[in-house]
Amino acid sequence: MAKLTIDDLKHIKEQTTKSTALRQGGARVKVTVHMGTCGIAAGARDVMNVLMQEMAEADRQDIRVVTAGCMGMCSSEPNVTVEVLDSEPIVYQHMDANRMRQVFRRHALLGEVQTDFALGKL
Amino acid sequence: MRELSLHILDVVENGITAGAHCISIQVEESTARDRLQITIRDDGRGMPAEKTRNLSDPFVTTRTTRRVGLGLSLLAAAARRCEGDIRVNTETGRGTEVTAFFRRSHIDRAPLGDMAATMGMLIIGNPHLDFVYVHRVDEREFVLDTRELKAELEGLSLSEPVVVQHLMESMRRSLNELASDPGKEKFKEDIDGQADN
Repeated sequence: MAKLTIDDLKHIKEQTTKSTALRQGGARVKVTVHMGTCGIAAGARDVMNVLMQEMAEADRQDIRVVTAGCMGMCSSEPNVTVEVLDSEPIVYQHMDANRMRQVFRRHALLGEVQTDFALGKL
Repeated sequence: MRELSLHILDVVENGITAGAHCISIQVEESTARDRLQITIRDDGRGMPAEKTRNLSDPFVTTRTTRRVGLGLSLLAAAARRCEGDIRVNTETGRGTEVTAFFRRSHIDRAPLGDMAATMGMLIIGNPHLDFVYVHRVDEREFVLDTRELKAELEGLSLSEPVVVQHLMESMRRSLNELASDPGKEKFKEDIDGQADN
Protein backbone atom coordinates (compact mmCIF):
# COMPACT_ATOMS: atom_id res chain seq x y z
CA MET A 1 0.00 0.00 0.00
CA ALA A 2 1.59 3.26 -1.10
CA LYS A 3 1.65 5.99 1.48
CA LEU A 4 3.94 8.82 2.23
CA THR A 5 6.82 6.85 3.63
CA ILE A 6 8.62 7.51 6.88
CA ASP A 7 11.52 8.73 4.75
CA ASP A 8 9.29 11.28 3.04
CA LEU A 9 8.17 12.61 6.41
CA LYS A 10 11.71 12.73 7.78
CA HIS A 11 12.74 14.60 4.66
CA ILE A 12 9.96 17.10 5.25
CA LYS A 13 11.02 17.58 8.87
CA GLU A 14 14.65 18.12 7.93
CA GLN A 15 13.87 20.58 5.17
CA THR A 16 11.77 22.80 7.37
CA THR A 17 13.64 25.00 9.78
CA LYS A 18 12.71 25.17 13.41
CA SER A 19 11.59 28.75 13.05
CA THR A 20 8.47 27.70 11.22
CA ALA A 21 7.23 25.87 14.28
CA LEU A 22 6.89 29.13 16.15
CA ARG A 23 4.18 31.55 15.34
CA GLN A 24 3.77 34.70 17.35
CA GLY A 25 1.69 37.81 17.18
CA GLY A 26 -1.37 38.65 15.17
CA ALA A 27 -1.84 39.13 11.48
CA ARG A 28 -1.25 42.51 9.91
CA VAL A 29 -2.30 41.45 6.45
CA LYS A 30 -5.07 39.07 5.40
CA VAL A 31 -5.29 37.69 1.87
CA THR A 32 -8.57 35.98 0.99
CA VAL A 33 -8.83 33.74 -2.07
CA HIS A 34 -12.42 33.25 -3.07
CA MET A 35 -13.07 29.56 -3.75
CA GLY A 36 -16.69 29.17 -4.63
CA THR A 37 -17.61 26.92 -7.55
CA CYS A 38 -17.24 29.91 -9.88
CA GLY A 39 -13.81 30.72 -8.49
CA ILE A 40 -12.59 27.15 -8.71
CA ALA A 41 -13.84 26.82 -12.29
CA ALA A 42 -12.04 30.05 -13.20
CA GLY A 43 -8.70 28.98 -11.73
CA ALA A 44 -8.68 29.94 -8.03
CA ARG A 45 -6.77 26.79 -7.06
CA ASP A 46 -3.75 27.80 -9.12
CA VAL A 47 -3.91 31.35 -7.72
CA MET A 48 -3.95 29.86 -4.23
CA ASN A 49 -1.01 27.63 -5.15
CA VAL A 50 1.09 30.61 -6.24
CA LEU A 51 0.11 32.49 -3.11
CA MET A 52 1.29 29.55 -1.02
CA GLN A 53 4.63 29.51 -2.86
CA GLU A 54 5.08 33.23 -2.25
CA MET A 55 4.17 32.79 1.41
CA ALA A 56 6.75 30.03 1.76
CA GLU A 57 9.45 32.27 0.27
CA ALA A 58 8.50 35.39 2.16
CA ASP A 59 8.25 33.54 5.47
CA ARG A 60 6.31 36.29 7.16
CA GLN A 61 4.42 35.54 10.35
CA ASP A 62 2.17 38.59 10.06
CA ILE A 63 0.38 37.57 6.87
CA ARG A 64 -2.61 35.26 6.94
CA VAL A 65 -4.10 33.45 3.95
CA VAL A 66 -7.68 32.28 4.09
CA THR A 67 -10.20 30.90 1.63
CA ALA A 68 -13.75 32.12 1.38
CA GLY A 69 -16.81 31.48 -0.71
CA CYS A 70 -18.23 33.36 -3.62
CA MET A 71 -18.91 37.08 -3.20
CA GLY A 72 -21.42 37.26 -6.00
CA MET A 73 -19.02 38.72 -8.60
CA CYS A 74 -18.75 35.45 -10.46
CA SER A 75 -17.89 36.90 -13.86
CA SER A 76 -14.67 38.42 -12.55
CA GLU A 77 -13.39 35.31 -10.78
CA PRO A 78 -10.78 34.46 -9.58
CA ASN A 79 -11.17 37.24 -7.03
CA VAL A 80 -8.70 37.92 -4.24
CA THR A 81 -9.25 40.34 -1.37
CA VAL A 82 -6.29 41.95 0.38
CA GLU A 83 -6.82 43.62 3.75
CA VAL A 84 -3.97 45.49 5.38
CA LEU A 85 -4.47 46.59 8.98
CA ASP A 86 -5.84 50.14 9.15
CA SER A 87 -6.46 50.24 5.39
CA GLU A 88 -9.56 49.53 3.39
CA PRO A 89 -9.89 46.05 1.86
CA ILE A 90 -9.09 45.88 -1.84
CA VAL A 91 -10.77 43.35 -4.13
CA TYR A 92 -8.65 42.17 -7.04
CA GLN A 93 -10.38 40.65 -10.05
CA HIS A 94 -9.50 38.33 -12.94
CA MET A 95 -6.53 37.05 -10.99
CA ASP A 96 -4.01 34.59 -12.33
CA ALA A 97 -0.62 33.28 -11.20
CA ASN A 98 1.39 36.28 -12.40
CA ARG A 99 -1.02 38.84 -11.01
CA MET A 100 -1.11 37.02 -7.69
CA ARG A 101 2.67 37.22 -7.46
CA GLN A 102 2.62 40.91 -8.23
CA VAL A 103 -0.21 41.67 -5.80
CA PHE A 104 1.48 39.68 -3.04
CA ARG A 105 4.89 41.27 -3.49
CA ARG A 106 3.73 44.82 -4.03
CA HIS A 107 0.56 45.05 -1.95
CA ALA A 108 0.79 42.44 0.81
CA LEU A 109 4.51 42.92 1.37
CA LEU A 110 4.99 46.60 0.47
CA GLY A 111 1.54 48.08 0.93
CA GLU A 112 1.17 49.40 -2.62
CA VAL A 113 -2.31 48.87 -4.00
CA GLN A 114 -2.18 47.54 -7.55
CA THR A 115 -4.91 49.68 -9.02
CA ASP A 116 -4.76 48.06 -12.47
CA PHE A 117 -6.40 44.89 -11.19
CA ALA A 118 -8.44 46.32 -8.36
CA LEU A 119 -12.21 46.59 -8.36
CA GLY A 120 -12.31 49.31 -5.78
CA LYS A 121 -12.74 49.66 -2.09
CA LEU A 122 -15.33 47.69 -0.13
CA MET B 1 -14.33 22.04 -14.91
CA ARG B 2 -11.12 21.05 -16.63
CA GLU B 3 -10.14 18.44 -14.08
CA LEU B 4 -12.13 16.15 -11.80
CA SER B 5 -9.83 17.23 -8.97
CA LEU B 6 -11.48 20.66 -9.16
CA HIS B 7 -14.93 19.13 -8.71
CA ILE B 8 -13.52 17.28 -5.72
CA LEU B 9 -12.16 20.54 -4.28
CA ASP B 10 -15.58 22.10 -4.75
CA VAL B 11 -17.58 19.32 -3.08
CA VAL B 12 -15.15 19.10 -0.17
CA GLU B 13 -15.62 22.85 0.35
CA ASN B 14 -19.35 22.11 0.70
CA GLY B 15 -18.53 19.68 3.48
CA ILE B 16 -16.37 22.28 5.20
CA THR B 17 -19.23 24.78 5.03
CA ALA B 18 -21.44 22.12 6.62
CA GLY B 19 -19.18 22.10 9.66
CA ALA B 20 -17.28 18.88 9.01
CA HIS B 21 -14.21 17.95 11.08
CA CYS B 22 -13.01 15.12 8.91
CA ILE B 23 -13.63 14.63 5.21
CA SER B 24 -12.72 11.50 3.31
CA ILE B 25 -12.14 11.39 -0.41
CA GLN B 26 -11.98 8.09 -2.24
CA VAL B 27 -11.08 7.70 -5.90
CA GLU B 28 -11.41 4.20 -7.33
CA GLU B 29 -10.34 3.36 -10.85
CA SER B 30 -11.04 -0.06 -12.32
CA THR B 31 -9.66 -0.85 -15.75
CA ALA B 32 -11.53 -4.16 -15.80
CA ARG B 33 -14.93 -2.55 -15.17
CA ASP B 34 -13.92 0.64 -17.08
CA ARG B 35 -15.18 2.68 -14.19
CA LEU B 36 -14.00 5.68 -12.22
CA GLN B 37 -15.76 6.46 -8.99
CA ILE B 38 -15.31 9.37 -6.62
CA THR B 39 -16.80 9.26 -3.12
CA ILE B 40 -16.66 12.22 -0.78
CA ARG B 41 -17.89 11.71 2.75
CA ASP B 42 -18.11 14.35 5.47
CA ASP B 43 -19.16 14.35 9.11
CA GLY B 44 -20.86 17.74 8.93
CA ARG B 45 -24.44 18.61 9.73
CA GLY B 46 -26.02 16.82 6.79
CA MET B 47 -29.32 17.72 5.13
CA PRO B 48 -32.87 16.40 5.35
CA ALA B 49 -32.99 13.34 3.08
CA GLU B 50 -35.77 14.80 0.87
CA LYS B 51 -33.37 17.49 -0.30
CA THR B 52 -31.51 14.96 -2.42
CA ARG B 53 -34.30 14.66 -4.94
CA ASN B 54 -33.34 17.68 -7.02
CA LEU B 55 -29.77 18.30 -5.98
CA SER B 56 -28.45 18.51 -9.51
CA ASP B 57 -30.85 21.38 -10.18
CA PRO B 58 -28.82 24.57 -9.79
CA PHE B 59 -31.79 26.37 -8.29
CA VAL B 60 -31.95 23.91 -5.39
CA THR B 61 -29.43 24.91 -2.76
CA THR B 62 -28.92 25.12 0.98
CA ARG B 63 -27.17 28.45 0.56
CA THR B 64 -28.88 31.47 2.02
CA THR B 65 -26.88 34.18 0.30
CA ARG B 66 -28.03 33.27 -3.17
CA ARG B 67 -30.66 31.09 -4.80
CA VAL B 68 -28.20 29.23 -7.00
CA GLY B 69 -25.80 26.43 -6.13
CA LEU B 70 -23.67 25.27 -9.01
CA GLY B 71 -21.30 22.68 -7.59
CA LEU B 72 -23.36 19.50 -7.70
CA SER B 73 -25.13 20.52 -10.92
CA LEU B 74 -21.80 20.78 -12.71
CA LEU B 75 -20.59 17.50 -11.24
CA ALA B 76 -23.81 15.74 -12.26
CA ALA B 77 -23.50 17.11 -15.80
CA ALA B 78 -19.87 15.96 -16.00
CA ALA B 79 -20.80 12.46 -14.83
CA ARG B 80 -23.83 12.10 -17.07
CA ARG B 81 -21.73 13.12 -20.08
CA CYS B 82 -19.70 9.98 -19.39
CA GLU B 83 -22.52 7.47 -18.94
CA GLY B 84 -22.34 8.05 -15.21
CA ASP B 85 -24.26 9.90 -12.55
CA ILE B 86 -24.09 11.19 -9.01
CA ARG B 87 -25.73 9.93 -5.85
CA VAL B 88 -26.07 11.78 -2.58
CA ASN B 89 -26.75 10.11 0.77
CA THR B 90 -27.45 12.49 3.57
CA GLU B 91 -29.41 12.88 6.76
CA THR B 92 -29.62 15.77 9.17
CA GLY B 93 -26.99 15.27 11.84
CA ARG B 94 -25.42 12.31 10.03
CA GLY B 95 -23.15 14.00 7.49
CA THR B 96 -23.26 13.72 3.72
CA GLU B 97 -21.84 11.35 1.14
CA VAL B 98 -21.53 12.37 -2.50
CA THR B 99 -20.68 9.69 -5.07
CA ALA B 100 -19.94 10.37 -8.73
CA PHE B 101 -19.18 7.64 -11.21
CA PHE B 102 -17.97 7.77 -14.81
CA ARG B 103 -17.13 5.39 -17.61
CA ARG B 104 -13.39 5.65 -17.22
CA SER B 105 -12.42 5.44 -20.90
CA HIS B 106 -15.17 7.78 -22.12
CA ILE B 107 -13.71 10.38 -24.45
CA ASP B 108 -15.43 13.19 -22.55
CA ARG B 109 -14.22 12.06 -19.17
CA ALA B 110 -12.03 14.86 -17.82
CA PRO B 111 -8.68 13.83 -16.38
CA LEU B 112 -8.50 13.45 -12.62
CA GLY B 113 -5.83 16.13 -12.70
CA ASP B 114 -3.65 17.48 -9.93
CA MET B 115 -4.95 15.88 -6.73
CA ALA B 116 -1.80 16.96 -4.90
CA ALA B 117 -2.75 20.58 -5.54
CA THR B 118 -6.35 20.00 -4.45
CA MET B 119 -5.27 18.27 -1.22
CA GLY B 120 -2.54 20.85 -0.63
CA MET B 121 -4.95 23.75 -0.93
CA LEU B 122 -7.50 22.05 1.33
CA ILE B 123 -4.86 21.36 3.97
CA ILE B 124 -3.28 24.82 3.93
CA GLY B 125 -6.67 26.53 4.01
CA ASN B 126 -8.03 24.34 6.80
CA PRO B 127 -5.16 23.15 9.00
CA HIS B 128 -7.53 22.47 11.88
CA LEU B 129 -9.56 19.92 9.85
CA ASP B 130 -8.62 16.41 8.80
CA PHE B 131 -8.65 14.89 5.36
CA VAL B 132 -8.22 11.30 4.26
CA TYR B 133 -7.49 10.70 0.59
CA VAL B 134 -7.51 7.15 -0.78
CA HIS B 135 -6.75 6.54 -4.44
CA ARG B 136 -7.05 3.04 -5.86
CA VAL B 137 -6.08 2.05 -9.37
CA ASP B 138 -6.93 -1.64 -9.78
CA GLU B 139 -4.87 -3.34 -7.04
CA ARG B 140 -2.59 -0.40 -6.26
CA GLU B 141 -3.45 2.14 -3.60
CA PHE B 142 -2.27 5.47 -2.25
CA VAL B 143 -3.35 6.85 1.12
CA LEU B 144 -2.96 10.30 2.60
CA ASP B 145 -4.30 10.76 6.13
CA THR B 146 -3.70 14.13 7.78
CA ARG B 147 -4.36 12.62 11.21
CA GLU B 148 -1.39 10.30 10.77
CA LEU B 149 0.68 13.11 9.27
CA LYS B 150 0.02 15.40 12.20
CA ALA B 151 1.08 12.66 14.59
CA GLU B 152 4.26 11.93 12.61
CA LEU B 153 5.25 15.56 12.12
CA GLU B 154 5.17 16.24 15.89
CA GLY B 155 4.72 19.98 16.17
CA LEU B 156 5.38 21.01 12.58
CA SER B 157 2.09 22.60 11.71
CA LEU B 158 0.28 21.77 8.51
CA SER B 159 -0.51 25.48 8.24
CA GLU B 160 3.10 26.14 7.22
CA PRO B 161 3.37 26.64 3.45
CA VAL B 162 6.80 25.01 3.30
CA VAL B 163 5.55 21.84 4.98
CA VAL B 164 2.54 21.59 2.68
CA GLN B 165 4.72 22.20 -0.38
CA HIS B 166 6.94 19.25 0.53
CA LEU B 167 3.85 17.20 1.18
CA MET B 168 2.52 18.01 -2.27
CA GLU B 169 5.81 17.05 -3.92
CA SER B 170 5.87 13.69 -2.14
CA MET B 171 2.28 13.11 -3.06
CA ARG B 172 2.87 13.88 -6.74
CA ARG B 173 5.67 11.34 -6.85
CA SER B 174 3.56 8.65 -5.23
CA LEU B 175 0.56 9.37 -7.45
CA ASN B 176 2.72 9.23 -10.59
CA GLU B 177 3.80 5.76 -9.59
CA LEU B 178 0.21 4.79 -9.05
CA ALA B 179 -0.83 6.01 -12.47
CA SER B 180 1.79 4.14 -14.47
CA ASP B 181 0.71 0.82 -15.87
CA PRO B 182 2.12 -2.15 -14.01
CA GLY B 183 4.67 -4.02 -16.06
CA LYS B 184 6.07 -7.34 -14.89
CA GLU B 185 9.19 -5.64 -13.52
CA LYS B 186 7.24 -3.16 -11.45
CA PHE B 187 5.26 -5.96 -9.89
CA LYS B 188 8.44 -7.80 -9.02
CA GLU B 189 9.81 -4.59 -7.46
CA ASP B 190 6.78 -4.37 -5.19
CA ILE B 191 7.20 -7.97 -4.05
CA ASP B 192 10.90 -7.57 -3.38
CA GLY B 193 10.64 -4.06 -1.94
CA GLN B 194 7.97 -4.50 0.75
CA ALA B 195 9.34 -1.28 2.27
CA ASP B 196 6.04 0.17 3.32
CA ASN B 197 4.34 -2.87 4.78
